[in-house]
Amino acid sequence: MKVLYLLILLGALSILSLFLGVSDLSILDIGELTEHQLDILFISRIPRLLSVLIAGMSMGVIGFIMQQLTRNKFVSPTTAGTMDSAKLGVLVALIFFPSAGMLLKMSIAFLFALAGTFVFMQLLKRIKFKDTIFIPLVGLMFGSIVGSITTFMAYKFDLIQSVGSWLQGDFSMILKGRYELLYFSIPALLLAYLFANRFTIAGMGEDFAKNLGLNYQQVVNIGLIIAAFVSSVVILTVGMLPFLGLIIPNIVSIYQGDNLKKNLLHTALLGALFVLVCDILGRIIIFPYEVSIGLMVGVLGSGIFLYLLIRRGRYA
Amino acid sequence: MVEVKDVSKVYGKTRVVSNVSVDIKPGKVTSFIGANGAGKSTLLSMVSRLISRDEGEILLDGQEIQSYKPNALAKELSILKQSNQINIRISVRDLVGFGRFPYSQGTLTKEDEHQVDQAIQYMELEELENRYIDELSGGQLQRAYIAMIIAQDTEYVLLDEPLNNLDMKHSVQIMKALRKMVEELGKTVVIVIHDINFASCYSDHIVALKNGEIVREGSTEEMITTEVLRDVYDMEIPVQLIDGKRICIYF
Repeated sequence: MKVLYLLILLGALSILSLFLGVSDLSILDIGELTEHQLDILFISRIPRLLSVLIAGMSMGVIGFIMQQLTRNKFVSPTTAGTMDSAKLGVLVALIFFPSAGMLLKMSIAFLFALAGTFVFMQLLKRIKFKDTIFIPLVGLMFGSIVGSITTFMAYKFDLIQSVGSWLQGDFSMILKGRYELLYFSIPALLLAYLFANRFTIAGMGEDFAKNLGLNYQQVVNIGLIIAAFVSSVVILTVGMLPFLGLIIPNIVSIYQGDNLKKNLLHTALLGALFVLVCDILGRIIIFPYEVSIGLMVGVLGSGIFLYLLIRRGRYA
Repeated sequence: MVEVKDVSKVYGKTRVVSNVSVDIKPGKVTSFIGANGAGKSTLLSMVSRLISRDEGEILLDGQEIQSYKPNALAKELSILKQSNQINIRISVRDLVGFGRFPYSQGTLTKEDEHQVDQAIQYMELEELENRYIDELSGGQLQRAYIAMIIAQDTEYVLLDEPLNNLDMKHSVQIMKALRKMVEELGKTVVIVIHDINFASCYSDHIVALKNGEIVREGSTEEMITTEVLRDVYDMEIPVQLIDGKRICIYF
């Protein structure tokens, strides 16, 4: 049932999103759109909507996977160094292959994101003190170290402005021809669905997984590869969407537990909905200008995150 | 039959388990007893391939367990460890359903659902089946885990201190369930257990370990005597026969 409500809400807001903007394009004109209006729709508005939806779905789902595999509710691409590592990868691509196409950039970002996430997992293994809050703090520190390397290199090579554009997520630059890379995350999400049960079992612990005949390490690796891949795709096309991978899975988990296979659709829809709402609000608040999505998600997201922390405190 | 042959585990310079050989006979409850650090849990973990061993071999029905495919072994032998710290919210039914994973790889068939129903009934969890496992009491959670193991439907069921943190009522409930599994379902149960009176009342065979080696092994009558227990625990423990059961008075 809830899936249905989410779908209806998502559909309605999607339509609103298509007809929201500076250029004059009203839903009443549909059927008799001028050539100019058609261009706006197909070159700008639809690509923007699609990228909002895919990015939202992707970040929610990989957040869930990472939380299950690390057995920690506060781990996400932002709090495990994945995003920062991907950013470093983008910078490296800019420095060493300035004329590289998007695919090569994505591959390099992916390799860095993957390496960063594995380093984080190794750190986790070595930490004796496995406090719930401590682990994401370690991840944030690790991310900051990687981030400062990025900033240093960016200054050195005079690329700070280019890197800045990846610092904050922004959908206003999304146009036809500049977002299609995002489609790559869809097969990755389908793969995640196939492995959903295995991720949940791995999340119950290594002994538990081994007892059921599961190749624990392989499942963890596949999960991390999916997370790193999707993160790098999103960071290259949209930019950083902080907190998203953190709060969406937590909200879904509160309502219907952690069985990933049952939750995957909810998580994807809620993620898309959340980003869409942020995007629409960002476009309305200072109309005709807009607040970047990174800022909107960050502000709303950190508020919700704080609420979750306090709520958790009450129960624990 | 599970045959453990000359198995050792070494951590640094300590031999935690040293040249242990033991046969686990089918259709019986076997208890591993001994003081803390005697190597009971390590031995159990090696038999269940959760940890590697440094020497020796372990055969299941004549075949080395390491040469089994993980999935095939998961249909023959299951292990429940005590340190199952929960931080995943799934329902009891989902948890029991995971027991079918070696058969279904995640998508439950009608047959799997039937097995899950039976396991839930067997452990009397019908009223709890839709509750999240992080809301259960220790005894309920332990029952849910055992239901999962029943759904996994393996001939060998290994449990590491299944009574840890349980009160008397729940301890008895769990031990009765294990006994029933052996008698009604024909399973082979191996447990690591600290309370020797539970070992005495519910097991057929007892293996006593001390400093990584087997001190004595034998039937419950042979093992639960003042003389044997002196060797195992370095304690003088009078044993009295009450209602046909050997009860140790170690207070």
